[in-house]
Amino acid sequence: MKPRSSFDKALIEIQEDIFQLANLVEQAIFNAVQSLIKLDPAGAAQVIMCDEEIDELYAKIESKCIKLIATQQPMARDLRIVVTGIKILLSLERIGDHAVDIAQATMCIRESELNRKCSEYLTKMSRIVQQMIKDGLGAYRERDAQKAQEMCTLDDEVDHIFTKIFQLLIDNILADPKSIVQSSYLLYVSRYLERIADHATDIGEAVIYLITGERKKLN
Amino acid sequence: MNKNGLNEPNKNKILVKKLNLFYKDFQALKNVDLDIKANKITALIGPSGCGKSTFLRTLNRMNDLIEGVKVEGAILLEGENIYEPEVDVVNLRKRVGMVFQRPNPFPMSVYDNVAYGPRIHGLKNKRQLDEIIEKSLHLAALWSEVSNRLFKSALGLSGGQQQRLCIARLLAVEPEVLLMDEPSSALDPISTLKIEELIQVLKKNYTIVIVTHNMQQAARVSDVTAFFLNGELIEFGSTEEIFTRPKDQRTEDYISGRFG
Repeated sequence: MKPRSSFDKALIEIQEDIFQLANLVEQAIFNAVQSLIKLDPAGAAQVIMCDEEIDELYAKIESKCIKLIATQQPMARDLRIVVTGIKILLSLERIGDHAVDIAQATMCIRESELNRKCSEYLTKMSRIVQQMIKDGLGAYRERDAQKAQEMCTLDDEVDHIFTKIFQLLIDNILADPKSIVQSSYLLYVSRYLERIADHATDIGEAVIYLITGERKKLN
Repeated sequence: MNKNGLNEPNKNKILVKKLNLFYKDFQALKNVDLDIKANKITALIGPSGCGKSTFLRTLNRMNDLIEGVKVEGAILLEGENIYEPEVDVVNLRKRVGMVFQRPNPFPMSVYDNVAYGPRIHGLKNKRQLDEIIEKSLHLAALWSEVSNRLFKSALGLSGGQQQRLCIARLLAVEPEVLLMDEPSSALDPISTLKIEELIQVLKKNYTIVIVTHNMQQAARVSDVTAFFLNGELIEFGSTEEIFTRPKDQRTEDYISGRFG
């Protein structure tokens, strides 16, 4: 019998659980931003409810990682797999929380229409951060450090859009002081998406550590 | 500087150069180059039969006692080759002492066990002996447990206490290097942790080389780790690096339990 086959099986299981969590989180961002764009409070409420599922899955996978450390004492690459798993989990859970933040902002906007230009920017930002998560997890699955590094460069694009949104909303407030409430919430949302990109970059850094054993700061 | 190389953190205590060892026709060590730093704990790991214990025993020429052993290369202790014919092996083993897998106290009192070394090296003064015994037992973290039974048989001590007594016996002759061949493999977990704590304390004053089959122990106690396989030194580096990102796939396979 191959040594440590049950341990190997447990490591694979953790990885598959992480992919499942990533899918939920990615969907949560998509739904949160779509609810905002459509000003759909029911959709936003759904995002908030789904976060419970994300938190439960997060806790379940984290417990599995802790159990493996306690019972299997992983070393070398195995240790990096478990530690990276915990890091990715944390990032995903925080991203999930930001999806909730976006949904809560949506529920606070009372107007019937969103600023069109800002809406376009936020849609684009959302698309990029979802891509970052997808690519980060893809790099994790394929153990591809190059892909992880490339994904992290998208963070600059997100930062750039964030700056544009900030300027746009400031201009809006100056031109129409009554837009201040909506603009403030949209500013929060853009900030949440910008933070999501940072967490996605953390995932990329974790993947690079898993593969190379080296720490690389990409944020 | 003192004789143990204190205050010189990166000083080499022992330099091993192109070491080959043969048991008759069988080559047990192949071209091993290794430097052992002063006041560091060096762990030797590897599967059974890989040569790690053989290597350990070359450091104080314990293999000389085995018939048919041939050694090539050099082992420099503080710059002097211990395999030169004029080397006094008794004095070498005083400088480089060894603790074995199973505690092996002599069938005599605790006091006489620790006094044994100094006595055979000629010390007879009772007051000086008393001081050495107390100091050695303190260093071995055993004094508080045996101070009221110094003149009772050492064989009545627990396994963990016996092993610390063996360490005290070693320290009584003021060695520079401590060689430990799986020093806690016959002990329970608490006694094992006591020995590990003791090793950490002792490294301030001694250079320590330890053979262990217990990966977690090597990771816990050592500063540098050497991985042996089939008589070859495969990888040697900081313990942190070896246990988190080894360079050689064979090291990775061994320490993560996927060997073979």
